[in-house]
Amino acid sequence: MRFRAASDSALLVYLGDEISLEVHRRVLALLQILQQERPGWLINLQPAYCSLLVTFDPLQIDHSEVEAAVREFASHLPETRLPAARLIEIPVCYGGGFGPDLQEVAVLHGLPAAQIIELHSLRTYHAYFLGFAPGFAYLGDLADEIATPRLATPRKIVPAGSVGIAGKQTAVYPFATPGGWRLIGRTPLRVFAAEREPMEMIAIGDEVRFQPISAEEFRALEST
Amino acid sequence: MNSLTVEAPGLLTTVQDLGRPGFGIRGISPSGAADPVALQLGNLLVGNAQGSAALEMTMMGRNFIFSEPTTIALAGSDFAATLNGQALDTWRSYSVAAGENLHVGSTRGGARCYLCVAGGIEVEPFLGSASTHLVSGLGGFAGRSLRKGDVLRVGNAGTRFAERTLSSAALRILQLHKPMLRVTDGPQCDLFSAQTVRSFYESEFRVTEESNRLGLRLEGPALKSTLQQEMITEGVTLGAIQITPSGQPIVLFVEQQTTGGYPKIANVIGADLFRIGQLRPRDSIRFERVSFAQARAAWLELQQLLTSGDTLFA
Repeated sequence: MRFRAASDSALLVYLGDEISLEVHRRVLALLQILQQERPGWLINLQPAYCSLLVTFDPLQIDHSEVEAAVREFASHLPETRLPAARLIEIPVCYGGGFGPDLQEVAVLHGLPAAQIIELHSLRTYHAYFLGFAPGFAYLGDLADEIATPRLATPRKIVPAGSVGIAGKQTAVYPFATPGGWRLIGRTPLRVFAAEREPMEMIAIGDEVRFQPISAEEFRALEST
Repeated sequence: MNSLTVEAPGLLTTVQDLGRPGFGIRGISPSGAADPVALQLGNLLVGNAQGSAALEMTMMGRNFIFSEPTTIALAGSDFAATLNGQALDTWRSYSVAAGENLHVGSTRGGARCYLCVAGGIEVEPFLGSASTHLVSGLGGFAGRSLRKGDVLRVGNAGTRFAERTLSSAALRILQLHKPMLRVTDGPQCDLFSAQTVRSFYESEFRVTEESNRLGLRLEGPALKSTLQQEMITEGVTLGAIQITPSGQPIVLFVEQQTTGGYPKIANVIGADLFRIGQLRPRDSIRFERVSFAQARAAWLELQQLLTSGDTLFA
């Protein structure tokens, strides 16, 4: 475990140096402990691949005291049990207007578009964390054969529900936002809805699969 | 119903309070007033709780009409406001009669001015806060900036303080026009050479037009990190100064992304975050490095000022 002050009221806790399920399970376990303990000085927790950003009230505690408290919490990591992951299925209509970058991704990898779809939808992904925008889950890991760099110039607007890939990650855009990921499809589901509880369809630690659907099925699901 | 009607659109006017911290796990940044100090002082001027919801106006204001007699205050930058043609001062509360027309003009100073109304602006809270989160269209008034014809509900006022003025001593302590942001070391400051760090602290940076509530893009000497490969994405803090591959800084702001993969050279201290909310495109700023102990002392001083009660007022 490594600690780094991020600001005058935040401490970064690193539980490893690589993107792996093993490291991420430690992040999830520490997150779970802190969520259960809810120390009075805690303001916010932001998990990521191999780190947990702990924001605290600087009038109550300082960095070294937070570090000591986190070390104490972390001593319970070995016996911490994580709940079984939920499996979330996301229907996706690939290609065409819904996935404007699918053809280019296929060309980049020298594979037929159908195989890109297959490689993307056959895998079960792990939700590492939510970031970028409310409900935006970073899912990994993509098959090496379809790992693709981001667009050189991000789009000004990506439609809500778009399914993108970037590096070895994939995600669904919950809102129409700017974005630099390559868009290969779109889901008719609302992955974030403020009037629903939970608001986010995909939560940290979930397992996620994408199910290819036709444009007709997309329209049918969209209208429900 | 006690209400406020928006008569004419300005540039960007939203409902804001002190935001909703604590939802990073859902990817939700706190949002909230860009200048929380102005918001709190404006609320105190009209007798509200410090964190009541108010209207945040950006660069220029709008026309507003009040349905009932009330008390208002404008806090933050001077937007040349008038009430039925009479000029209004900022940092001062005024009585308004029913049907009176408040005109808020264009800025004569910084980027933001707050219209605080006795009783506060009432909207349906989202995750415990009235703040608008523009990126996701959540919170505030219909999750968006205000438009002509919007009618906002005003809450019941407690004790009102018409004709209350912020003391000049309080304004002096705030040093509102200081073109300097104090920062502490960022978590990746050691990924920059000593020379680059020196250049960061000795140079002047210009705020570019591509600056908003998500972040401020700055322009200055290129600051290259020694990073050989891409960083693993991690949680990022409010006021983080991240250096993009082009070598230019982005200061993360109230509607920030909650995670990011650029190295952070420094982080604006809590006590100076409100100053970011007053920066306009083309403004010049510099950074001053302080210790965590100094940052804490400055935060304590600011909180003491904001909770010093009647001594805040002339």
